[in-house]
Amino acid sequence: MISVNNLQKTYGVISALKGLHFEISKGEFVLIFGPNGAGKSTLLKILSTILAPTEGEVYIDDINIYKNSHEIRSRIGFVSHEPFLYENLSALENLVFFAGLYNVDNPLNKAKEILETLQLDARENELVRNYSRGMKQRVALARALIHEPDILYLDEPFSGLDLLGTSIITNILKNLKAQGKTILMSTHSFDDCADLAHRILLLINGEIAFMTSDVNKDHFKQKYLELVSINN
Amino acid sequence: MKTIISIVRKDFISEFRSRDMFISMFTFSLIIIFVFNLVLDLTSNIKNIVSPAVLWITFLFSGSIGLSRSYSLEKESEAIKGLLLAPVDRSLIYMGKFFSNLIFLLIIEIITIPIFIILFNYDFSIKIIEIMLVIFLGTIGFSSVGTLFSAISLNTRLREVLLPILYFPIIIPVLLNAVRITRSLLSGESLSSNSSSLQVLIAFDIIFLSAGILLYEYVIEES
Amino acid sequence: MIILLVLTVISIIASLYASFIYAPTELVMGDIQRIFYFHMGTVWVATVAFTTVFIASIMFLKSGKRKWDILALSSAEIGVLFITLTIITGSIWAKPIWGTWWTWDPQLTTTFILWILYIVYLILRSVAGDNVKQARFAAVFSIIAFIDLPLVYISARLKRGISPVVFGPGGGGIESKMLITMLITFLACTLLFIILLKQRILYEKIKDNLRLLKSRAI
Repeated sequence: MISVNNLQKTYGVISALKGLHFEISKGEFVLIFGPNGAGKSTLLKILSTILAPTEGEVYIDDINIYKNSHEIRSRIGFVSHEPFLYENLSALENLVFFAGLYNVDNPLNKAKEILETLQLDARENELVRNYSRGMKQRVALARALIHEPDILYLDEPFSGLDLLGTSIITNILKNLKAQGKTILMSTHSFDDCADLAHRILLLINGEIAFMTSDVNKDHFKQKYLELVSINN
Repeated sequence: MKTIISIVRKDFISEFRSRDMFISMFTFSLIIIFVFNLVLDLTSNIKNIVSPAVLWITFLFSGSIGLSRSYSLEKESEAIKGLLLAPVDRSLIYMGKFFSNLIFLLIIEIITIPIFIILFNYDFSIKIIEIMLVIFLGTIGFSSVGTLFSAISLNTRLREVLLPILYFPIIIPVLLNAVRITRSLLSGESLSSNSSSLQVLIAFDIIFLSAGILLYEYVIEES
Repeated sequence: MIILLVLTVISIIASLYASFIYAPTELVMGDIQRIFYFHMGTVWVATVAFTTVFIASIMFLKSGKRKWDILALSSAEIGVLFITLTIITGSIWAKPIWGTWWTWDPQLTTTFILWILYIVYLILRSVAGDNVKQARFAAVFSIIAFIDLPLVYISARLKRGISPVVFGPGGGGIESKMLITMLITFLACTLLFIILLKQRILYEKIKDNLRLLKSRAI
């Protein structure tokens, strides 16, 4: 279980996150929705320990994630819109390298296994540089899953993907959800993946506008538009 | 230790595959040496004063290309963030990058030397071990500061252009002492007659390696 | 603030009086030696300023607090101003005494590198993008620069050296009137430094407030 307590992030004088409180239970799929600049990326970076918050704490199963970052990092997978891969290495080499960093037993086998489940094994020896955007994003998912994390964060994973790419990733996410992984995904377009979510968290200007388990698209859109028009 | 080795190995696979860096660094070294040789038109009495400086300036210039290049591999597709997400100490990432830079620079320097010997007409054989030691110590200095500063410069608006501006003034102690020792070795003196310069060189290496280990996290971490 | 300003003005006038009229003319160098009071005053302030940058930078990296970054930036700018004055006054002194504007003796080499390093520090700040990155990179650079300076000095000394003998008419230590003048000038320069630093910090805080108000307006 992830619990976020009074999380704040300020850049100089500008606040990106203004005291967030929320909890996510194990196995939940939560969608973070919000306009650009709402603080979605900042939030996910803080949750994955690569960015320190200005104030507040985050606990995963009662473990403070900044005081035990090594332990927490091996439980977290992170996919961004950038793939975080070495373009001059092949997909396999990338995965073996990252597996080594996570101290995975037998990195080569593990990497091959994951590439196979993501149907990338046919081109595993090609350089990442020569992959399409959609392929890169799948390798990025493989990188994030190489150490079998139980929590997965996705930061706008669909940006720049075509319909095919989107549907492949959506299917993978469906499987991961079925496996009981806790998933937190940010997006600015509601149509992707909305039906997968258990809950939606709406973030506007660094604050939680609301959190709902009503994932009906029309209800959400109506509520969202009402809120945004009041704010403007 | 395992992490350091795997970072170095990754950098090597990556570099040898494209080879752009080696080719451009080596060509650049050649050009500098040629140009100096051509322009200076050295007569024998000032040759011993000028040519060690030419050698080290060549190392410095071609090295700074290599340093930028090595970090730009990390910035492409933000691969460095993948490293940051892993349960790995930031000081180990620094050591990994430091060693791969050190080895790259040494390779380039070693293949540059024969050309220098030919063009400037030197006989290195008598003092080869001593000269290699000085090159090794000087290059540790280059790599310790360069690893830190290439990460800074590539994270700014000016990117590669900023590196020499940050790097050259800081590296002056290495340059001054390395040139002085090389010069005296080439004119037949022994290494022990340069002990104080050697000490400064070693002190520089130790100080800036420690500084790099301590400060690298502030450069590569998200802010 | 007013008191500080008054004290500064008084001490500057006093130091001008002391160095041009009160202090005796140096026997060997003549009147040109008088510029040395300002030269030493400015180099003193620069030293204080850059040491402040070093300490503030370490504090900033440890705490992440904006106030340390503001102190480092403000102090660095003033330091650059004073070290520039040091170089100019030094050159004016050196021309008639050494017969050259510039020479690569250890002190001058180190001063020159110091000057370059902190100009680079300011360049780095202006190209580093957002506030936090700018502050972090600048802090790292200033720490490296500061610990580099002793090595630069030693390296330059190993190269060669001529040290100026600045005080002592007839070669008998510093004369008391000269010493008093020196101390008054140090005081004046230090007060000026404090006043400039306070103003610069205030200016940066106002800029921060403005940014905050702008971000709220959007």
